Amino acid sequence: MVNYIIRRVLYGLLVLIGVNFLTFVLFFAINTPDDMARINIGGKRVTADAIAKWKTERGYDKPLLFNDQAQGAEKLSKTLFVERSMPLFALQFGASDTGRDIGYELRERALPSLALALPTFLLGVFVVVVVSLIMVFFRNTYVEFWSVAFAVFLLSVSGLFYIIAGQFLFSTVLKLVPASGFAGGVDMVAFLLLPVVIGIVSRMGGEALFYRTMFLEEIGKDYVRTARSKGLSESAVLLRHVLGNALLPILTSTVAVLPLLFMGALIMESFFGIPGLGSFTIDAINGQDFAVVRAMVFLGSALYILGLVLTDISYTLADPRVRLA
Amino acid sequence: MPKFVLLATDLALYFQVLVLLAYVRHALRTPLLRQSWRYVQRDGAAMSAAAVLAVFLLIALLDSVHFRPRLPPTPDAAPSAEIAYSTRTLSLLDLLLSGPSESREKTYSVPLATHQFSKESMQRDGVAVRDFPRLQYGGKHLDQPQEQWAGDVLRRSVNGLGSGLLVWVLGAALLVHGQSRRSMNGFVQAACDLWEGRTALPWRAIGGTLTLLLLLVGWVAALWPYYHVMGTDQTGNDVLFLCLKSVRTAVVIGSLATIATIPLALLFGILAGYFKGWVDDGIQYSYTVLSSIPSVLLISAFVLMIQVFIDKNPLWFETGLERADIRLFLLSAILGLTGWAQLARLLRAETLKLGELDYVQAARAFGVSHAGIMLRHVLPNVTHIIVIVAVLDFSGLVLYEAVLSYVGVGVDPNTQSFGTMINGARNEMSRDPVIWWTLGTAFAFMVALVLSMTLFASAVREAFDPRARAFRVRPAAAQAMPREEAT
Repeated sequence: MVNYIIRRVLYGLLVLIGVNFLTFVLFFAINTPDDMARINIGGKRVTADAIAKWKTERGYDKPLLFNDQAQGAEKLSKTLFVERSMPLFALQFGASDTGRDIGYELRERALPSLALALPTFLLGVFVVVVVSLIMVFFRNTYVEFWSVAFAVFLLSVSGLFYIIAGQFLFSTVLKLVPASGFAGGVDMVAFLLLPVVIGIVSRMGGEALFYRTMFLEEIGKDYVRTARSKGLSESAVLLRHVLGNALLPILTSTVAVLPLLFMGALIMESFFGIPGLGSFTIDAINGQDFAVVRAMVFLGSALYILGLVLTDISYTLADPRVRLA
Repeated sequence: MPKFVLLATDLALYFQVLVLLAYVRHALRTPLLRQSWRYVQRDGAAMSAAAVLAVFLLIALLDSVHFRPRLPPTPDAAPSAEIAYSTRTLSLLDLLLSGPSESREKTYSVPLATHQFSKESMQRDGVAVRDFPRLQYGGKHLDQPQEQWAGDVLRRSVNGLGSGLLVWVLGAALLVHGQSRRSMNGFVQAACDLWEGRTALPWRAIGGTLTLLLLLVGWVAALWPYYHVMGTDQTGNDVLFLCLKSVRTAVVIGSLATIATIPLALLFGILAGYFKGWVDDGIQYSYTVLSSIPSVLLISAFVLMIQVFIDKNPLWFETGLERADIRLFLLSAILGLTGWAQLARLLRAETLKLGELDYVQAARAFGVSHAGIMLRHVLPNVTHIIVIVAVLDFSGLVLYEAVLSYVGVGVDPNTQSFGTMINGARNEMSRDPVIWWTLGTAFAFMVALVLSMTLFASAVREAFDPRARAFRVRPAAAQAMPREEAT
């Protein structure tokens, strides 16, 4: 078990190095240090001297991948790739191109992000499991037919519509919750209520259909027939037997959804003005602040890989039949 | 003669239509494929969806024949002078729908309006007043808009709906006639069969959808030359026209990006599943790296890169449209390049399974080369996965385009798309009085497109993956059978 986990973590690190290299190549191919300097100095003051000075101040004055002028091992280590990427592994994010401390921003913004993403995720899983169990309980009736049809409709609507329509209905017309913004403490609930509900609704269509197929797959199995022939009621069969056994694929699918959650929060946060990591990233993309975008790519990938490792571990805990290959 | 312009996405769309036709030909000749597709044909919802999709595809194709009209020669030009072409590139759709699309109002107007949405200062009888100005295009044939408007709209609506209905009745009569000829029954008997759903194709469902479509088209066609049917947006463009133009962008992104994933996914998926060992490890590593980067960020990195490339080579593109089009083309390519991991994973698993089967083992024992086995024995047996994933991905990509446009890494701002429309309409909902028509029309178009693709995709999936049929809802089965056996 310990061996297996260590192996998965090491593989995760290897993947993370790959991610880092890929993003480095992508970002510095688009936007060479010279371009960055030109954008940041701006206007008429762009001269060769000013660019060189900007690059030296921020440590961008080294070659990208290979340093000819250095000696020995420094040929590889005195490069932008090593100096810019390696500190990320120690969670040293450095300063953004506009001079702010990225690490500080991340710590400040992690809480609002989590306050939105966690309830959306947990409540979402709960609601979707309940809805799909109801669908399965009423299977082959018109209740199921119309709920499946409704779920297919929900699936076909762009998430942006839910946000815009939700803001219109609950903030502009009914004036129940503020349209956007954020506050600490108890006031947070008022600001988070609408984004959480919309986040759940926009995911519900696809996931309810997916969970439904998983429950139906389980329900055709022999042990379910045995349970029924013992004379158990339909709800006991569903809740005690089917739900328990369908939990395994649900577990893996929910962990696999984590990075999507990160992306969904991206849109949500910037629409609702929540000062979290998502709106931070969008601002960085619009402002072409590549240091921030690279830090966010690294963080997102690291979280995703962590999710993969956790999935593997939860698999082995939830189902003893899974061998640790 | 106008000068025809071939844009990159035009070529890609034509190519896809050719591939589609070739596939249809191939499917007609292969008994197994024919049987699978017959399953789709029998599905009423899927065939109605296919009818709607066909209309969207037609719009997209009409909008993909681009040309630059010839400018009239200047009066004093020599007869041998070079022919000048307009810098505006038009499409067949623009030509077909000329009218409201060309005459721009100043700003917002309500659907079917005769007056602008907001007041303006103007001179009336020498006195400066603030009032709603008349629209340049909408209802300009009316002398007394206040009195005549309702009657005019009503009359034209009835005419439009009536002619739509007429076309439908003619079509239905032709269909019933054809059916009666084929089944050797009388006309009335054939009509009854059709009404009660006793035909090989679900004509009743298709007919119902076509009724709606024809009524809608008839209504719009009757009002189109006189009004802005769905109003105008902030800069005075006809909203309905913008939506029709957006259809092409959505179809291009949905289909092109799906097609772009296939070559990479096929190559890597089959190689990994067939050779196993270190090849498998390497390929798995590369798609794990790709899929662990949050997709929006990965795509924005790529898009920023092509934008720099486009900006650095402005001379490569003759018109602004060509520049915007190359960005659309590359965006689809990027979506394909970053999105092949999932399909490759499925193909790898299937190839692993196929590799153990007797006929592949036999081919190996006979000394067939690796390439031969992969091409002749593995590839044909994984195509059903490609078909399923291709139709399933389409709707997701259309929805994704809107998100990317919001983040600012979607299509070129000059390209008309649902994403740019929703984006522009974002703040309109908080205005008072609320401006609902831009968002509403974009919503209706997008839902129609995505919903019909989803319905069609689920039928295709059931046809090619019989296990998926177990999850179909059969409300009638519950009455026929006791509950316990219905599973």
